[in-house]
Amino acid sequence: MNSIPMSWYLVFSIGLFCIGLFGVLARKNAVAIIMGLELMLNAVNVNLLAFWSYLYADGMSGLVFVTIVFAVAAAESAVGLALIISAYRRRNTVIAEDMNVLKG
Amino acid sequence: MATEILIWLIPLPPLVAFFLIALFANRWRGLSHYLALSGAGLSWLGSMVVFFTAISREELSKNPIISSINWLPTADTWLKLGVQVDPLTVVTLFFVAWTVLMIFIYSVGYHNYGQPLGDHDHPGLPPHGAHLKDEHGHEHRVPSVEPMYSRFFGFVALFAFGMFTLVLTDNLLALYVGWEIMGLCSYLLIGFWFGKDSARKAAVKAFLTTRIGDMFMLIGLVSLYKITGSLSYSQIFSEASLQLLTSNASPIMGLSWAGFIGLMLFIGTVGKSAQFPLHVWLPDAMEGPTPVSAMIHAATMVSAGVYLVIRFFPIISAGWVPGEALTTTMTVMAFIGAFTALFAATIALAQNDIKRVLAYSTISQLGYMVAALGVGAYGAAAFHLVTHAFFKALLFLGSGSVIHGMEHGVLHTGEEIDPQDMYNMGGLRNKMPFTFWTFLIGGLALAGFPLVTAGFWSKDEILTGSFSGGFMAVFITLALAALLTAFYTMRQITLTFLGQPRTHSAEHAHESKWTMTLPLVILSVFAVSVGWAGIPKAFPVLGGLIPPWFEEFVGSMIESGHGEEVISHSLVPLATSLVVSLGGLTLGWLVYSKVKSGQPDPLQKALGKIYSVLKNKYYFDELYQFLIIKPAFWLATSFTSEWLDRSIIDGILHSFGRFGLWVGRGLRNWFDIPVVNKTGDSLAEGTRGLGSVLRVIQTGRVQQYMVIAIAILVLFGTIFFLFSSGLL
Repeated sequence: MNSIPMSWYLVFSIGLFCIGLFGVLARKNAVAIIMGLELMLNAVNVNLLAFWSYLYADGMSGLVFVTIVFAVAAAESAVGLALIISAYRRRNTVIAEDMNVLKG
Repeated sequence: MATEILIWLIPLPPLVAFFLIALFANRWRGLSHYLALSGAGLSWLGSMVVFFTAISREELSKNPIISSINWLPTADTWLKLGVQVDPLTVVTLFFVAWTVLMIFIYSVGYHNYGQPLGDHDHPGLPPHGAHLKDEHGHEHRVPSVEPMYSRFFGFVALFAFGMFTLVLTDNLLALYVGWEIMGLCSYLLIGFWFGKDSARKAAVKAFLTTRIGDMFMLIGLVSLYKITGSLSYSQIFSEASLQLLTSNASPIMGLSWAGFIGLMLFIGTVGKSAQFPLHVWLPDAMEGPTPVSAMIHAATMVSAGVYLVIRFFPIISAGWVPGEALTTTMTVMAFIGAFTALFAATIALAQNDIKRVLAYSTISQLGYMVAALGVGAYGAAAFHLVTHAFFKALLFLGSGSVIHGMEHGVLHTGEEIDPQDMYNMGGLRNKMPFTFWTFLIGGLALAGFPLVTAGFWSKDEILTGSFSGGFMAVFITLALAALLTAFYTMRQITLTFLGQPRTHSAEHAHESKWTMTLPLVILSVFAVSVGWAGIPKAFPVLGGLIPPWFEEFVGSMIESGHGEEVISHSLVPLATSLVVSLGGLTLGWLVYSKVKSGQPDPLQKALGKIYSVLKNKYYFDELYQFLIIKPAFWLATSFTSEWLDRSIIDGILHSFGRFGLWVGRGLRNWFDIPVVNKTGDSLAEGTRGLGSVLRVIQTGRVQQYMVIAIAILVLFGTIFFLFSSGLL
């Protein structure tokens, strides 16, 4: 598909990734951190798909990779949310900053 | 062959007795004296056999009985050990064997064998009596047995071994060994009663004074060995060797080697035979028991000194012929001998202790012998040696008997007097007849009573020898000394035996046991008869009746037979000896026969100030103390001990110690602690510091960890990117 240059997709992917990164690093709520994590993963997917589509459209490896990343992202979110629920039951808070038991 | 073996065996029985007593028999008194007496008896028997065998041999001086073995290896030769019997040895052996045996027998009685042990006797102090209850219940004090009885017999046995060795040996080295053994035993026996301070001091004094003489003798011995290469008499006295010694000059004062060696050996005699100036030890040696005084200081040890110079006469007189000038050593000997004879006789006049008189008398008589040898009267000197041994031993043993009698009186009456002081005696002739008559014989022999005593013949020989050799100074000195000798002898006899008892103890004295009086009787027989072996041919009436065996026998030791030639036909010496001896005896009796108790000595009025000088022995002890002892003591204590040893040597050692400590401290404080410890400590501290610095990063907050991780990731990514594209 030659109408939209590949670089636009890549820039979009980077932008999305940075937004997600900002979300992970700067949000207080643990659920929000998971959301940002999701964004990062999806941005990576977009990046992968853009490259597949423009360069390697003949084979299936791109698509397979993306599918796996989707599945892993979903599983990981499930597990992350389960962990948050468990931590909330323990400490009665979901603010990431307050969970500093490993402080040295 | 059998004779040689017998000669080798003669010194050994007393040595065996010494070892047996010291190792086993110390606790049994009877066994100890039995061992010692058997030892002395066996030696006596051997000596008598050898004596009679030797005198029947022809030309003994030319062919002496010699036997020697190799003893100590030295480079390519050997120092030998051997025996030699020639005329001089034979006559010396005779008197040594007899006197030793008599003294041993006497000692049994002297130390009160058979008496009970004393009440408060300690070993180391003289015994002082035991209380005995008799059948009526009366208590008396009786003499007690000596607590160190066995020790005494052990030491005298060792002593006898030393003397026999000295007499019988054929070389100078073994003679020196015997000499030193006797010096040791003399120390042990003078200090026998070691609990007494005076005895201890006297023992040390004797040993050190004779040591001075011994040191010079050793120098002579070593020089002799160096020059002639041998110490055996047969080699030293051979013609070639004497020639060698006389013709070469020693480095000292232009003397030939013979003169130097003779002089050194003579100094050994000066020490051992108590001549001036080393005479100071002999009077103090009277601290020992009387048998010791008799043995060591009358009959044997001091005679050993004279024996040495008689033996070495060929070297001393090397280059001298009768009628010509004396060699240097002979002049020295004549001077010292004559001087000592007179000097000691003057001191003896003012002594009150019975043993001291005899001690000074010994010094005086030894001076006679030395002077005789100095003027070349070889036979006369040897003769006087023999007769003197007999009568002096007799006199000492007699004085011991007197002292015993007096001590018995002291124990009986409880008086606190000195049993040895003649002024406390008197009238003992009735109480102690055997002692009196034998002492009288001995005293007359000492004084030179004519015809019937041995002392007369030998003293006359010496006076004749010095007169006919033309040595008037020596003759007059010796004659004067003879006069004084007779005087003080009669003084002694009068004060002790004649007149009336001056104290209660003297009244209660009684005669000693047979063990003490038998030796006195035997010795008195010799004191009378030995003189008749040497009646010179030139004597009026009696000369020629009995051949002068002694002169011929012993005189044959000298090549040119000096013994016979010296005798001239003048009657002056004979007349002189008669006058001095009889005159002195009479004078002594006259002056002292009326002395009562408590009176001062008549000589004190006669001589005044001089008397106290004589009584104090010319203050020689004080002089030596000031000149020699005090400086030596100062040297030992202040100079050597304090300054050299403690300040300098110890100071150096202490400073080494301090230096070591200083280095150690320095290293510890400047290196060990700041550097080594500090390194370890700072390692730990640094780590901890680093840790506390880095701890800040660990916040426990995941988001911050992620920030850091991403920052570093970006950084490294940039670096790699730039690297790979060649811009860095």
